[in-house]
Amino acid sequence: MKILLQSMKTPLITFLVLLGIGLFIDIGVNAYIQLILIYILINMILAMSLNLVNGYTGQFSLGHAGFMATGAYTSAYLSTLIPVPAGGLQIFSFLLFAVCGGTMAALAGLVVGLPSLRLKGDYLAIVTLGFGEIIRVVLLNTSAVGGARGMYGISGPTDWTLGEWTVSKFVTGYSHAIFWVLVCFFTLWRLIRSSHGRAFLSVREDEVAAESMGVNTTQTKVRAFVLSSFFAGVAGSIFAHYANYLNPSSFSFMRSVDAVIMVVLGGMGSLTGSIVAAMFITIVPEALRPLQEILGVDIRMVIYSLSLVLLMILRPKGLFGTTEITDIIQWLKRKMSPGASR
Amino acid sequence: MNLLDVQSITMQFGGLKAVDQLSFQIGQGELIGLIGPNGAGKTTVFNMLTGVYQPTQGDVLFDGKSLIGLKPFQISALGMTRTFQNIRLFKELSVLDNVMVAGSRDISYGFFSSVLKTAKYLREEKELREKSLNLLSIFGLDKHATDEAGSLPYGQQRRLEIIRALATNPKLICLDEPAAGMNHNETHRLMETIAKIRQDFKLTVLLIEHDMKLVMGICERIVVLDHGCKIEEGPPVQIQSSAKVIEAYLGTDEDLQGGH
Repeated sequence: MKILLQSMKTPLITFLVLLGIGLFIDIGVNAYIQLILIYILINMILAMSLNLVNGYTGQFSLGHAGFMATGAYTSAYLSTLIPVPAGGLQIFSFLLFAVCGGTMAALAGLVVGLPSLRLKGDYLAIVTLGFGEIIRVVLLNTSAVGGARGMYGISGPTDWTLGEWTVSKFVTGYSHAIFWVLVCFFTLWRLIRSSHGRAFLSVREDEVAAESMGVNTTQTKVRAFVLSSFFAGVAGSIFAHYANYLNPSSFSFMRSVDAVIMVVLGGMGSLTGSIVAAMFITIVPEALRPLQEILGVDIRMVIYSLSLVLLMILRPKGLFGTTEITDIIQWLKRKMSPGASR
Repeated sequence: MNLLDVQSITMQFGGLKAVDQLSFQIGQGELIGLIGPNGAGKTTVFNMLTGVYQPTQGDVLFDGKSLIGLKPFQISALGMTRTFQNIRLFKELSVLDNVMVAGSRDISYGFFSSVLKTAKYLREEKELREKSLNLLSIFGLDKHATDEAGSLPYGQQRRLEIIRALATNPKLICLDEPAAGMNHNETHRLMETIAKIRQDFKLTVLLIEHDMKLVMGICERIVVLDHGCKIEEGPPVQIQSSAKVIEAYLGTDEDLQGGH
């Protein structure tokens, strides 16, 4: 029990610190920027979970939007069946929706992964790409979830009171998103540093050797894929309830590509890299918006693409490669310590 | 009882019989050499034994159990391991992680244990780390434990592959040309290493090698392959003087007269 508390210390403290920052953001920042912030958190989960498959396990999935859509629509549909209670209890219902959305996405991941993970490289990319499109087309033609018109009025976080305090819609949504970002981060971070994680890495490095050294490579790949899908589904659920509106076009091929870009840009096999890249990819197009007003033409995508090209030329292995921010801090510490200097 | 009993296995790739009706036995604790000219089918035999290829015909019994239909990771779990002709390390992982991947069968903690860092996770992970470091130190690689495996010099990479194979707790280790590309000194050290692991780990060894000095020096019995068939089997002295073996390696007088 003591060990368990010990292991939960860092995640808990991080959660509380980020929650504190959230309270400031709640007062100091307008709703537009708050929305961008939630999107950043959602993209972080997408990027980190995709990194597990594309970065750590060395497979190439192009269907992340499909799993996100599965989670989003499952969660949204569920919220029409189970009404969201008012007050603080709403947090639990959103947690429940997220778990259900994630589980549904994980099941989809299992169904897609079992047959297709025997394929390698480009073939897997095409299968997952196809899956993403199938999901989108199915949603487009399912009237129960709004079809092409989209799904309106999905219940989302609302303001509620805690004694004399008013907890705003943003803080509720933000804390929910932060919670899942941290669950995703610490799950993957610790998994990678365990025997299960080493199995992922060995599959990326050399499948034949991994198999000969006792690693069940098919099972390992399916596990990575299912876990990755789960978190994509969770990200979809958070998206559905914060935006209150879903449309199949939100889950087009481009969203899968965005997720891949974040992984590649941050570094294949760097979780902190994915986090930084998710911020960058979400913020840059928005930050360039004022430029459009000044110039009168929309050159956002030109600058955005150009900056991506430049980054890939300057840092071909992504911002962080396979290292983490913590590695860099440790390296700096060693450099700065007086004993090391010559 | 024999540890490994290969019963007339055949491997057919389309119209080509890479290995044809090969049979041989390895007893507990033996050191057997498998030799033959280039393209004789030696590595194909290894791939069939370790489950990379499924033999088209025949049966392989390991410790009394048939290996037909088993996947490489299942065969590894039974206690047969291998190294590769072209080094196949996990190049971007640390030397220690390379060994720890192979020790995954010592681990019984589950997914949630590793995420929650339970006592079981901490204990098993510590034990595996100590065992792996211990293996590395036996072969003098412990100072390089945190280095990237791909950054090691060639000879050490070869040695790391053997260490990694040992971490799977094998009964039989198959070494595929461990001396390839090594100079005289390195080969000599390798011979010592092989003798050492055999003794310390009570291992049975099956060795493919081109370096005749190495093979003749340490093997107790040698199986000679040519064009997928066994042409000779026996102790080194017998192999050295066998007309069939000399013919397979050097050709016959007729070849010489017929050639240009």
